[in-house]
Amino acid sequence: MYAQMVKSENTDSGPELDAFQARIDAGEKIEPKDWMPAGYRKTLIRQISQHAHSEIVGQLPEGNWITRAPTLERKAILLAKVQDEAGHGLYLYCAAETLGVSRDELTEMLLDGRMKYSSIFNYPTLTWADIGAIGWLVDGAAIMNQVPLQRTSYGPYARAMVRICKEESFHQRQGYDIMMKMAQGSEAQKRMAQDALNRYWYPSLMMFGPSDKESVHSAQSMSWRIKINSNDELRQKFVDQTVPQAEYLGLTVPDENLRLDPETGHYKFSEPDWTEFFEVLNGNGPCNKERLEARNKAWDDGQWVRDGMMAHARKKAARAASAKVVAE
Amino acid sequence: MGDHLFEFLLRQGDNTLILSHRISEWCGHAPIIEEDIALANIALDLLGQTQMWLGLAAEVEGAGRSADDLAMLRDAWDFRNAILVERPNGDFGQTMMRQFLFDAYHVELLNRLANSTDERIAAIAAKSLKEVEYHFERSATTVIALGDGSEESHARMQAALDDQWTFAGELFETDAGDHALNDAGIAPLPSELRAGFNTRAIAVLGDATLNIPETTFAHSGGRSGKRHSEHLGHLLTQMQWLQRAYPGATW
Repeated sequence: MYAQMVKSENTDSGPELDAFQARIDAGEKIEPKDWMPAGYRKTLIRQISQHAHSEIVGQLPEGNWITRAPTLERKAILLAKVQDEAGHGLYLYCAAETLGVSRDELTEMLLDGRMKYSSIFNYPTLTWADIGAIGWLVDGAAIMNQVPLQRTSYGPYARAMVRICKEESFHQRQGYDIMMKMAQGSEAQKRMAQDALNRYWYPSLMMFGPSDKESVHSAQSMSWRIKINSNDELRQKFVDQTVPQAEYLGLTVPDENLRLDPETGHYKFSEPDWTEFFEVLNGNGPCNKERLEARNKAWDDGQWVRDGMMAHARKKAARAASAKVVAE
Repeated sequence: MGDHLFEFLLRQGDNTLILSHRISEWCGHAPIIEEDIALANIALDLLGQTQMWLGLAAEVEGAGRSADDLAMLRDAWDFRNAILVERPNGDFGQTMMRQFLFDAYHVELLNRLANSTDERIAAIAAKSLKEVEYHFERSATTVIALGDGSEESHARMQAALDDQWTFAGELFETDAGDHALNDAGIAPLPSELRAGFNTRAIAVLGDATLNIPETTFAHSGGRSGKRHSEHLGHLLTQMQWLQRAYPGATW
């Protein structure tokens, strides 16, 4: 799940809205041509496109290591993973398009900063272990949110999520596998693995968004089944799952307050630094500038390619039309 | 024959390795998402082919080296790829033109290698051919679309062709080792592939409304390893970084 702080609003009321809510409560899927409240449509567009943008921007930190992957096999796996992410971006944009907005419009909103992508991709990948940490922690956190979203109320979104989840679990396994190799490797590799965990732990916790107490949009999104679980619930689940994995690797989670509460069976843990989180969202993360610059450059440099292809398509269509006239 | 065979296998594996590496540099930076996906796909295919070619090269050499050792622990002068594939990506048009010229050669080569008397080579070629036929189709379609596209895309594609053309000739360079392999029915003479390549190039570049440069000059030095371009060394410093910085580590 790469959507954080998605604004949710409802401006509709009346019998149509009641009927709509009843369908959602009955577990029915809403399809593109069905009536839906304007707020539902808007919120979904924001959420799905934020997720799509995250997949696209998310190619950059991992792409940063494709040319430096340590073996042919690691390189092939990483390439395949980043390619999957571009694919996820593509079908999420398609899902968003069913709501009446074009991919180009959404792209422009990403590029000029009107739309956001997940805060996590504004952190740098400094060593090969970061590629492991991203697979293990970042994809692990994403899966926590995406698995329930397979049951979300909007049909195209739920179906996109089914496919995405299959691939994400493979991504997480490859990340953990990288960490395992390094944790069992040389001293330098162990240091690298620990350092990656140190830097990615709290940013991964931030991926779930601020505490529910602060999250003003959650209630509406949850009643529409656009959001299935609360941020805190998912964060807790993530910590409970991840801490034993870190222990198995022989790595230390960078949290002095971390302990298993024998009464609840859940881990108690420190909150991430939410000031940092909001700074990152506001453009002050370590890589915000580079990420957006890279995407803008790709888009601008590609303009002549897109124009050229369109010009060719028009020429071809014109030639086919005149050939048809001649034949008649 | 062993030396010739090893050299031949390095040439195959190094071409696919270095080209795959170059294409993978596009990841996240392509003009549209569909191109990002397609480029990653081609880089992956070529990387898979590299594992097979260099794997066989290591086996033939019998010196206890692996495909990874060959990729990550040789220096530039031991690489045997054509200079064409080590050239920097340039703009998207240059990348696609380089790809088209290589694909047109690659299809012709693999078609012949699929009938090699060496069953291992025939098997790798047959598997690769399925992928490379698609690579050719795609790069040809893209070259045609951009050549016969807007004024700007046409000008860029013509510039790309002018720039790359003199690097294609090396692919057909033929030496004593090639003759030895040809005599044994293992591989065709590279010079024999030129006619098929020309037919493909003339047809596609014609549809793309591009003019093939008149020069017959061809750069060389890559496939013999005698004189690569300066670009290869920089590529290797990146590709081999971890293996060089942490010798003996497993990843």
